[in-house]
Amino acid sequence: MSAHRQNINRNIDWALLSMFALLALLGWLNLVAASTGPDSEISWTLGTMYGRQLIWLGLSTAVGLLILRIEGEFFLRTTWINYALTLALLAAVLVVGRKVGGARSWFGFGGFGIQPSEFAKFGTAVALSWWLARQQGLHDMKSMVGALMIIGLPAGLILLQPDAGTVLVFVGFVFALYREGMNGFVLVAGFSALVMVVFTVITGATTVQYPWLGPWSGILRFWLIASVVFTAGVLVGRNLVRPRNRPRITRNLILSAIAALAFSAVLHTTMATVLRSHQRERIHVLFGIEVDNPDADYNIRNARIAIGSGGFSGRGWCEGPMTGFGFVPEHETDFIYCKWSEEWGFLGSSLLVLLFAAIVIRIFFIAERQRSNFTRVYAYSFGGILFMHMLINIGMVLGLAPVIGIPLPMMSYGGSSVLAFSIMLAVLLRLDAERFSVLR
Amino acid sequence: MSGGRALNESGRIWTVVGIVLTITSIFIGRLVHLQLIDNDLKVRASDLTENRTIIKPSRGMILDRHGEVLVASEAVYDLVVLPRGLADLDTAACAVWAGISREAMDASLKKARRFSRYKYTAVRRRIAPEEHARMAASLYAYPGFELWRKPLRSHRHAVATHLIGEYAEASRDDLDRDAFYRLGDFKGKTGLESIYEEALRGEKGRRSVVVDARNRVRQVGVAASKDRPAVDGLDLTTTLDLDLQQHAELLLAGKTGSVVAIEPSTGEVLAIVSAPFFDPNLMLGATRGKAYDSLLRDPQKPLFNRAVRATYRPGSIFKLVQGAIAMDEGVIHAGTRLPCNRDLIGCHGPHTLDDLSSAVVHSCNPYFYQVMERWINHRNTGSHFATAADGLDRWRAQVMAFGFGTKLGNRLRGTAAGNIPAAAYYDKIYGKRHWDFRTIYSIAIGEGELLTTPLQMANLAAILANRGWYREPHYVKDLGGIGPPAGVGTRTETGIEAAQFKPILDGMQNVVEEQGGTGWRARIPGIQICGKTGTVQNDPLEDHSVFIAFAPRKNPQIALSVYVESAGSGGDWAAPIAALLIEQYLTGQVDSAKQAGYLGAIPPAPAPTQAPAP
Repeated sequence: MSAHRQNINRNIDWALLSMFALLALLGWLNLVAASTGPDSEISWTLGTMYGRQLIWLGLSTAVGLLILRIEGEFFLRTTWINYALTLALLAAVLVVGRKVGGARSWFGFGGFGIQPSEFAKFGTAVALSWWLARQQGLHDMKSMVGALMIIGLPAGLILLQPDAGTVLVFVGFVFALYREGMNGFVLVAGFSALVMVVFTVITGATTVQYPWLGPWSGILRFWLIASVVFTAGVLVGRNLVRPRNRPRITRNLILSAIAALAFSAVLHTTMATVLRSHQRERIHVLFGIEVDNPDADYNIRNARIAIGSGGFSGRGWCEGPMTGFGFVPEHETDFIYCKWSEEWGFLGSSLLVLLFAAIVIRIFFIAERQRSNFTRVYAYSFGGILFMHMLINIGMVLGLAPVIGIPLPMMSYGGSSVLAFSIMLAVLLRLDAERFSVLR
Repeated sequence: MSGGRALNESGRIWTVVGIVLTITSIFIGRLVHLQLIDNDLKVRASDLTENRTIIKPSRGMILDRHGEVLVASEAVYDLVVLPRGLADLDTAACAVWAGISREAMDASLKKARRFSRYKYTAVRRRIAPEEHARMAASLYAYPGFELWRKPLRSHRHAVATHLIGEYAEASRDDLDRDAFYRLGDFKGKTGLESIYEEALRGEKGRRSVVVDARNRVRQVGVAASKDRPAVDGLDLTTTLDLDLQQHAELLLAGKTGSVVAIEPSTGEVLAIVSAPFFDPNLMLGATRGKAYDSLLRDPQKPLFNRAVRATYRPGSIFKLVQGAIAMDEGVIHAGTRLPCNRDLIGCHGPHTLDDLSSAVVHSCNPYFYQVMERWINHRNTGSHFATAADGLDRWRAQVMAFGFGTKLGNRLRGTAAGNIPAAAYYDKIYGKRHWDFRTIYSIAIGEGELLTTPLQMANLAAILANRGWYREPHYVKDLGGIGPPAGVGTRTETGIEAAQFKPILDGMQNVVEEQGGTGWRARIPGIQICGKTGTVQNDPLEDHSVFIAFAPRKNPQIALSVYVESAGSGGDWAAPIAALLIEQYLTGQVDSAKQAGYLGAIPPAPAPTQAPAP
């Protein structure tokens, strides 16, 4: 192995590393602006928000360099220690964690805090990689159940905190599962479900109500129209299908229709009974449905105004008044993208989106060049998680997704997130650097 | 072999990359919309972050001709609240501070929050300056509250209400028409306040500061290029003489009628009163709605400016015009004597063969009947119908040179033109070639279809004082210290030589001074007054009492018309009032014992002791 170790530096994927470093640099500069209003001077001390973030970045770099010195085999062998530790920490935080904003998700150490759910992504990723490498893909019930358990256990613990945002990020593992052989129908079904969510929520809240049907009147009318369209579609579509395929397709269509109906009904009931009013409001705000509370869309409305006011080239670094003067709450954490967009305009905003996309896609291509199944699954997991963060966070501030609090990787203020993503990156870089020598 | 099966799935990367690229494109598309297309967001951002303070200019004062302040600007204050600026509010203490009940404060705050977090809502309106001083001292303790200054008008002497006009809250229409006004702004609605609104109001200033989400000022001078100071409105000096105006109002109080006094040499209106009038201060502030309603319902129509809008038949006073234009036309001369032929038209008093001057004194109806008949018919154009039509139109042109039938510059909106009938007018009534002088003879003595305004009659007095010309009556002597507005006081010639007026003025002087003259009550020792009474029939009520006069005869200083409605003949009420005003203006004082009899309402008329003289 010693001969290959010399090649580690040469085999590191410098493109990914430099893109990530650029992201970290932009993120930190943006944090400087976020904690310096347009009316104040930058104070170069470590006591500030960006000072603390700099300490975290330094720590992350050190840990990353250390990881690059460790052979990839180590992570393979410590998979279960890692995973067990993840579950233990997630369980412990439910008991001794510090309650912040209604969720028990922090371990506090004086001024610093650690969020175990951030590191759970790494623990889950290596465990999933180990399992799928061992099963050589996802092609039977056993491998599927195992994979879902590995993902579901930490996700369930996080849901107990409760932290819906991070749980949603775990959906990112679907990319790895899909790549390893999961039926593509799951993606189609997922997409269909999303469409149905939109229709159910909108029709459920806005259609004319028939008093004797109670809250069901809107949804029933939607389904009345949908079934007419569906039947007409079947009658027309029949002629385009070969006769021998007709029974199968008809069966599938009927099954999906029943499934959709059931899904919609469950969803509607959930909306009406399980969700709390502020959660319902958030979803209604997203779909442009009028809500009674005029402040329900305060954050997202001001976020949109801040982004819009950036124009083509932005207000300039540290010069954004919307974010700088408190019009956008949480503009240094979940709404950090507003800060960036207001100050760097369309040029900067689209550059950042493209940078994220480039990093994610680069990770997927790195995954494909592996001979090691473990490394490939790990890379897909990492890419999927990063992508989910970008999808949910930027989608939220752009008003395309409901308000769900998760950080934007390397941009949002917060040490745990930076350290966790740096560890995941460093491990990927190390595993990838060994691609010519290691066959697992 | 590791991952043999999995390797077969390597094509799936393209699905995954496709999803990533799709989402990326959706995001960039959304950014294009938000940042490049949707301009509204930028406007909203500056609405949120820039607090634009409008600095209201102070409105110009309105002064009398000697610089005495008639109308000044005063301030009241509105207490307003900006919900987003509120912090840790002690509602109970705040209600005490604001001088309203706890419930009212809660209701206001609730209303304000429901209206908008980002817009101001009034909590209490029209706070007097003294209370404002108390509240301003502890305003700092209630973030989110502000005291807004509202300019208000204070009528120091409560005079000339109709001329000065009303200053009231701008209507929705005003807001739409002129971007200067914002909701709650005031503007001149009528009279001089309205006509000179743009000069009086000045220019609003503007100061922008950048504020944070709690409305605390964070940056000043960022938008300095858009800042500008307020420019105060111009002061308007009217032509009014405060003493004369007050005196005229004193004498007309309790009566219905009008006074218009003009300085003959300049056309400046020295006093203009329409009675009944009202206290303009009632129309300001909180009392306005109630006051306006009751004024609107009053059968005496106090809102109606009789001095320029009311039209009356001129009556006997019109004989002065007839005499002057007849001499000019050459149909009579000063010595022409005409029989008082009462078969033509009725007359009063013992006289048989007057010359012009005596005919004026005796107000001889047959004399002026014959004068006008000559006027109309002396240029024969064939048929007597055509002759009359032609004559009437030439006559009309000459009468209109005296300002009758015109709006006299129309310096006040709603000024009436009155009516001097043309041939076409009678053609319409009787049909073409269906009338001649005998059909329309009543206009010879100022009756019939003639209509004139008190302003025109005062202007007639000024023309007689000037012996043949006038300057268009106007109300503004100076605007902003740079002289009168362009075009006022234009000189107009009647085209009649000054010398022609002598017999008329002799007559007018005798109306006042001769034993038994109808205007004897206007006599003032030491002042030569030229006047003429008029009695306008007002069936079935008492006649309107009218008098025009100028004085002194040499170098006239004041010319005026006085109308007292339903008060009997011109000599009874209008003449003495005119004399008191002339005395006041020329000497600065009046005999109060003499005046006392003419104050207050008109007593019910006693049984007539002699035939009324028109």
